Amino acid sequence: MEHYKMNLTLKVWKQKDSSDKGGFETYQVKDISSEMSFLEMFDVLNEQLITEGKDAIAFDHDCREGICGMCSMYINGKPHGPWEQNTTCQLHMRAFKDGDTIVVEPWRSKAFPVLKDLMVDRTAFDRIIQAGGYISVNTGNAVDANAIPIDKKDADDAFAAAACIGCGACVAACKNSSAMLFVSAKVSQLALLPQGLPERKTRVLSMVAQMDKEGFGNCTNTYACEAECPKGISVTNIARMNREYLNAGLSSE
Amino acid sequence: MALNSKIPAGEMNQKWEDYKGHVKLVNPANKRKIEIIVVGTGLAGASAAAALGELGYKVKAFCFQDSPRRAHSIAAQGGINAAKNYQNDGDSVFRLFYDTVKGGDYRAREANVHRLAEVSANIIDQCVAQGVPFAREYGGLLSNRSFGGTQVQRTFYAAGQTGQQLLLGAYSALERQVALGTVTQYSRHEMLEVVIIDGKARGIIAKNLVTGEIERHFGHAVLLCSGGYGNVFYLSTNAMGSNVTAAWKAHKKGAFFGNPCFTQIHPTCIPVSGDYQSKLTLMSESLRNDGRIWVPKAKDDNRRPTDIPEEERDYYLERRYPAFGNLVPRDVASRAAKERCDEGYGVGTTKLAVYLDFADAIKRYGRIEAGKQGNHNADDATVITLGKEVVKEKYGNLFDMYAKITGENPYETPMRIYPAVHYTMGGLWVDYELQTTIPGLYALGEANFSDHGANRLGASALMQGLADGYFVIPYTVGNYLADEIRTPAIPTTHPAFEEAEKAVKDRLSTLMNIKGNKTVESFHKRLGKIMWDKCGMARNAQGLQEAITEIQQLKKEFWSDVRIPGEIGGMNPELDKAGRVADFIELGELMCLDALNRNESCGGHFREESQTEDGEAKRDDANYSYVAAWEFKGESQWEVNKEALNFEIVKPTQRSYK
Repeated sequence: MEHYKMNLTLKVWKQKDSSDKGGFETYQVKDISSEMSFLEMFDVLNEQLITEGKDAIAFDHDCREGICGMCSMYINGKPHGPWEQNTTCQLHMRAFKDGDTIVVEPWRSKAFPVLKDLMVDRTAFDRIIQAGGYISVNTGNAVDANAIPIDKKDADDAFAAAACIGCGACVAACKNSSAMLFVSAKVSQLALLPQGLPERKTRVLSMVAQMDKEGFGNCTNTYACEAECPKGISVTNIARMNREYLNAGLSSE
Repeated sequence: MALNSKIPAGEMNQKWEDYKGHVKLVNPANKRKIEIIVVGTGLAGASAAAALGELGYKVKAFCFQDSPRRAHSIAAQGGINAAKNYQNDGDSVFRLFYDTVKGGDYRAREANVHRLAEVSANIIDQCVAQGVPFAREYGGLLSNRSFGGTQVQRTFYAAGQTGQQLLLGAYSALERQVALGTVTQYSRHEMLEVVIIDGKARGIIAKNLVTGEIERHFGHAVLLCSGGYGNVFYLSTNAMGSNVTAAWKAHKKGAFFGNPCFTQIHPTCIPVSGDYQSKLTLMSESLRNDGRIWVPKAKDDNRRPTDIPEEERDYYLERRYPAFGNLVPRDVASRAAKERCDEGYGVGTTKLAVYLDFADAIKRYGRIEAGKQGNHNADDATVITLGKEVVKEKYGNLFDMYAKITGENPYETPMRIYPAVHYTMGGLWVDYELQTTIPGLYALGEANFSDHGANRLGASALMQGLADGYFVIPYTVGNYLADEIRTPAIPTTHPAFEEAEKAVKDRLSTLMNIKGNKTVESFHKRLGKIMWDKCGMARNAQGLQEAITEIQQLKKEFWSDVRIPGEIGGMNPELDKAGRVADFIELGELMCLDALNRNESCGGHFREESQTEDGEAKRDDANYSYVAAWEFKGESQWEVNKEALNFEIVKPTQRSYK
C-alpha cells in the first residue's frame, strides 16, 4: 500500500456550550500521513492549536478501536465519514487526498444537545435502556447456563442485534432524528431470547414511550440508519420491534 | 506496617464456603441507610453497583465517559474462562485454579485464585440469564474455545466481542437499578480525591467534567473499579481515557500499591506506524490458534513476505518451543518477538514487527472443506477459496479490523504484528476481602493487584472483573458495613470534605496557572518512551535507575512548563488529561522502583540479570516469593512492605513450554 502526505482544509463546528449558538471555523493542517487515523489527524490539529495559544477542539473518543461507541463526528455529511460499517476512530486518512476540504459537525438532534464543539449529550440512550432494556434477574438467581437451549439462529440474530455500540449514528443519519434502530436492536435482542420473554410486552411499550418522551422523531423507513450504522445493525430489527409493539398493544390490559 | 491478607483458615476448597457461612450480614432495613460509592463502570464497577443495588444499598456509580456502557471492558475480544467442563475434557475448579496460579508464574495469592475459579461458573449462568448472547452450537448449547496456555476448552465467547456483550449485560443490570432508584448514575464525572475521616474512607471529591464543578459525595464505603494503568506507557491497547488517577489518589492517601511493575505486554497487536500514533490495537490471541509466526532467516530481508520461500523463513516460536509452538503464553511470545527484532530480523518499514501468517491455515481448512464436499482432488485455487471462507467465519471481524487500520488484505499477505502494553497485573494491594490498606476503601477488577500474579492468562480479565463485582464484594463489603450501621450519613460540610475539596481545587488552579510552552500530550509521549525503553519488555538495573532520574526530571519540567488551554470552569478535556498525566508520571517512577527492587524474572517482568543460559526468564523464589506492597511516604519516597506468598497446593516449578 502506497503511503502519502496531504494538506487539508478543515471546517469544524465550534460551540462553547449548549447555550452558545456556535459556528464553523476553518483550519489548515499540513503533512498529514495517509496512515493516520482521522482522530490522530485531530490530535495533530489540537496540538497545533494549543501551541498557538488557542483552545483545543473538544470531541468524544475513547477506545479508538470501533467498539466503545463514544466517537461521534459527522464528516462531510455522513455520520462517521465516508467508509461503510466504520466508526470515526477507525476511519483512516487514506480516505482523503491532498487539497481536500473536510467538514466536521457534531451529531444533530434535539434529543442530543451539543455540550461543546463536537461533543453531544447522549444520556437519552441510557434513559431508554432504563425504561426496560434489561432482563429483571438479580445476581445469584440464575439457573445453569445450559439449562435452556437456544436455537442457534435465534442466538445469532440476538447477537447481531446486540452488536449495537450505542453511538447514535442512526439518529444523526435520520432526517427525523429517529432512534428506532437503536431501540429496536435492544428490543430484538431480548425478544429473541427465552430469558427475555416474561417482560417482552412491557419492555417494548415502555422503551418506545421513553424514546418518544426524549424527543426522537418517527421512522419513515428511509433506512439511512442502517446504511450509516458502523456495526451494520439491520432494519429488520425495526420491523421486529413494530410487530412486538403491535402485539403488546393489542394484548395488554 | 504488617500486612494482613485475612485469608480464611481451612482447606483451600473450603475457605470461601466457610467465609460466606460466617461473614457478618447487614439486615435489609439497615442496607437502605447505607451508601456506597462505586468509581468506574466497567465489568467490575457495573457488576458491583448493580449487585449492591439489588441488595438494597444506596449506590452512587461514577464514570468519566458519557455513559457507563463505554468503559474499556467493552473492548475485550477473546472470551471469558469458566470451569464449567461442558466439553467433558477434564476441566474443573481445581484445574482453572492451577492454570491461573502457574500462568501467573507463582506470584498470586492461592486463596484468591481458588475463589475466582469457584465463582467462575456462576458468572456464565448470570450472564446467560441477563440475555448475553454467547456463541452456541447447533443443539442450542453454549460453545467453547481454547485459549493460550491451557489444554482444555473453557473459554466462552461472543464472536470477537465478548467484552462488549458482558459489559452490556452488566450495564443493563446497572440501568435497571438506576430505574429502580437504588443506584444514582454520575456520568462524565471523575474522582479526584478520596475523603478519609477517622482513618476510614468516607467519600470522594469528584469533578463534573461538563460543568467543571467540584462535588462532594459521602459514602460509608468506597469501591475503586477504575481499571488498569497501561496508559503510563502512552501507547497501549487501553482506551484513551483509561487512567490511574482514582487509584493513585487513594495510594497517596495511604492505600498500598501492589506489584506496580507487573505489566502484560500482549504479543499480537498491530505495530506502530508513525510518531503521531495515539493508541495500539490488539488482535485477539485466538489468532495464534491458527496463525504461524515467523520472520525471514536473513537480516534486513526486504522482499515481500509472499516472495520469501518456505526454507528462508524462521518460525521462531515453533523452533524454540516445540511443545507449545505458537501457543506459548503471552509473556513468552512477546519476548521472543522482541528478541528477533532486536537482532535485526524484524519486518515492515519500522523493522519492529513479525509476520502472523494464515496461508497454511487457509490451505488446511480448504482441504478439509473440499473433502467434506467430496472433492478429494481439489486444485489449489479451489482449496484456497474454500479455506478463506472458513478463516473468514472464524476471524472475519479481526481481519476486517486489520485491513481498516493498515490498508492491507490479511487473506493475501501475512499480517504484521508486534507486542504492545495491554494489561496491568499490579494495582492497589487488597486483602482477601478486596479491601485496601485504608478501611472502607476497596479495589476491584484490574484496579487491584490480586489474582493474576506476574502474568495474566487469556480470557481471565473478564472473569475476574465480574467475579469481584457480582460474587465477591456483595459478601465482603457487608462484613465491613455490618459495623457501620450506627454511622449516620456524614454531612459533606465536614472539615475533611472541605480540606479534600480545597486540595483538589488548588491543584487544578496550579495546573492552569503554569502557562508554559509544552502540551500535555508531549509530556505523556515522553513518559511513555522512557517507560517502554527502560521498564518495558526487558529491564535492567542500570536502565531502571536512569529511568527514575529521567522521570523525576520530566516531572519537574511538567510542573513548570505545561500549557493547558481554556478555562478552569466549564468543560476542559486538556485540563482533565493534564491531571491524569501528572499522576502517570508519579506512578511511572514507582513502577521503575518496583522493577528495580525485584531482581528476578517472573511472568511479564523480565530482568535481564536473571535469565537462564538460553535466555528464558529465571524466577528467584528464595528471595522474591512475595507481593511488593508500596507505601507512599512523600514525594519520590516509598517503603516496600512484603506479603509472603505461601503455596500450599500448587508447588512452584520453573515454567517450561519447550
